[in-house]
Amino acid sequence: MDILKILTFAFITLFAVMAANFGLDWAYSIHAFIIALCAFYMFIRSVRQVGEPIAVTSTGYQDDVVRAGVIATSFWGLAGFLVGVYIAFQLAFPALNLDLPFTTFGRLRPLHTSAVIFAFGGNALIATSFYIVQRTSGARLWGGNLCWFVFWGYQLFIVLAATGYLLGATQSKEYAEPEWYVDIWLTLVWVAYLAVFLGTLIKRKEPHIYVANWFFLAFIVTVAMLHIVNNLSMPVSIFGSKSVQLFSGVQDALTQWWYGHNAVGFFLTAGFLGMMYYFVPKQANKPVFSYKLSIIHFWSLIFLYIWAGPHHLHYTALPDWAQTLGMVFSIMLWMPSWGGMINGLMTLNGAWDKLRTDPVLKMMVISLAFYGMSTFEGPVMSIKVVNSLSHYTDWTIGHVHSGALGWNGMITFAALYYLTPRLWNRDSLYSLSMVNWHFWLATIGIIFYAASMWVTGIMEGLMWREVDAQGFLVNSFADTVAAKFPMYVVRGTGGLMYLAGAIIMCVNLWLTATGAGERKHTSNTASAVPAE
Amino acid sequence: MDTYSILREFADSWALLAMMAFFIGAILLLFRPGAKQQHIDAANIPFNEEQYKDSSTSNKRSKSNKKLEV
Repeated sequence: MDILKILTFAFITLFAVMAANFGLDWAYSIHAFIIALCAFYMFIRSVRQVGEPIAVTSTGYQDDVVRAGVIATSFWGLAGFLVGVYIAFQLAFPALNLDLPFTTFGRLRPLHTSAVIFAFGGNALIATSFYIVQRTSGARLWGGNLCWFVFWGYQLFIVLAATGYLLGATQSKEYAEPEWYVDIWLTLVWVAYLAVFLGTLIKRKEPHIYVANWFFLAFIVTVAMLHIVNNLSMPVSIFGSKSVQLFSGVQDALTQWWYGHNAVGFFLTAGFLGMMYYFVPKQANKPVFSYKLSIIHFWSLIFLYIWAGPHHLHYTALPDWAQTLGMVFSIMLWMPSWGGMINGLMTLNGAWDKLRTDPVLKMMVISLAFYGMSTFEGPVMSIKVVNSLSHYTDWTIGHVHSGALGWNGMITFAALYYLTPRLWNRDSLYSLSMVNWHFWLATIGIIFYAASMWVTGIMEGLMWREVDAQGFLVNSFADTVAAKFPMYVVRGTGGLMYLAGAIIMCVNLWLTATGAGERKHTSNTASAVPAE
Repeated sequence: MDTYSILREFADSWALLAMMAFFIGAILLLFRPGAKQQHIDAANIPFNEEQYKDSSTSNKRSKSNKKLEV
């Protein structure tokens, strides 16, 4: 078995080094080199471990991988927010693209979206799902070290995706930019993730599967399906990063937005609802408001979300009936979304006083509020007449960010604040007032962001469609760009505040994990004694 | 008929019916008599963590984790 492992890693190293040499483009060669380094490290590691007894732990919860996930989430969060702030200011001050191909807006934007959605959000989802499924099943993670493969495999995916964008390797599909070999790698990692999650559920001691796990399972299964179908492509060469899509034209567009919208629906909604259904009851110390409603929420969300994608293709070559179908399902989706929001908020029924003293709970409530706001805004924007104004404008960007910063970001921050003291075995967070600072910086930052994008988006939409008495367009595109400058500065400032809040969080979590808080508390009590 | 037409006809007849039936069935099942206690139990699963800790999932961290649950 050891020999087989060593030979496999040796073969991968050799092949990757050859691939780096034969690579037809820079992105491919550098990726092959990264893979060679990883495989070589694993080769050395396996050689050193030959003959060593394998320590098998089968008791207790597997929390090491969750701890690693908390660190990775915080790190990628900072990286993603930083790139976001940078490209926001690039739009206001184009000189910031430094005149280098690697730092242009076109390459940094997918780096930002993937870093926040897949690196920050994905790591948060993997870590919290591993934490929650163990505790609600009464079972240790299935598959031994397979969860570590999921964790490190996912980090490798992120590194390959991010470096690929900077070097210009992209298949130009929104949220699915990585090229074919990165897609294949992610598929492997994702299947392992599904196996760990399902395996844990199967060996559970709790007879019922808690609703948070339903949402996580739906997220894992659906993302696997979406990822495979949307990335059906044929590589031009095994030694090059370029590939050709199997679908073309409007079929390709529909597949892409079926994927793209369900990435929002199942990655950013279902998965994060799994977090919400565990952490909100735990933090409020009350069971969820209505378990029945949570199950209705689940089935209606699953059944409706999958059809909403066509609203991204209003007034395109997509058949009219498909556009209308997408719009109708998007509007119906409002109901389950608000059902879920109400369920989360009403969990605090009888415990609202805790908001005064618990900033973490406050973060959960504001995230639910943003969930409600963006799931109301979304259906409105999917209506064809509204979309004719909002489409291609910055209103869309504002909408996405009120959901991503408000809902996904805030619930993740709350989850990190919940997890860190428990995972590092501390009595409490280092500082609650730092959480408060984070809360207000992030909230006001989002408001700056969303409000400026509403103003600039609607302004831009109106300017584009303005015609004079003879029917000529009044404004050139450059006119709209010039008019948007002040709002771009406001947006960048909002992003900067959000980033500042996240930095405060990371400092707080670091001090919590290293135990600085406990030293502080002990010294406080020590100094209080003589005063008696 | 071409594949598109066959699939299209199947999609807006039997497939639609099957999905509607599953959805409505899943919702109706929630309101069956006697489900109330099960739902109360299920809603309390996040608070059962301790009860499993002492069996096969007990670990060295469990002692200090306990005070966090209060």
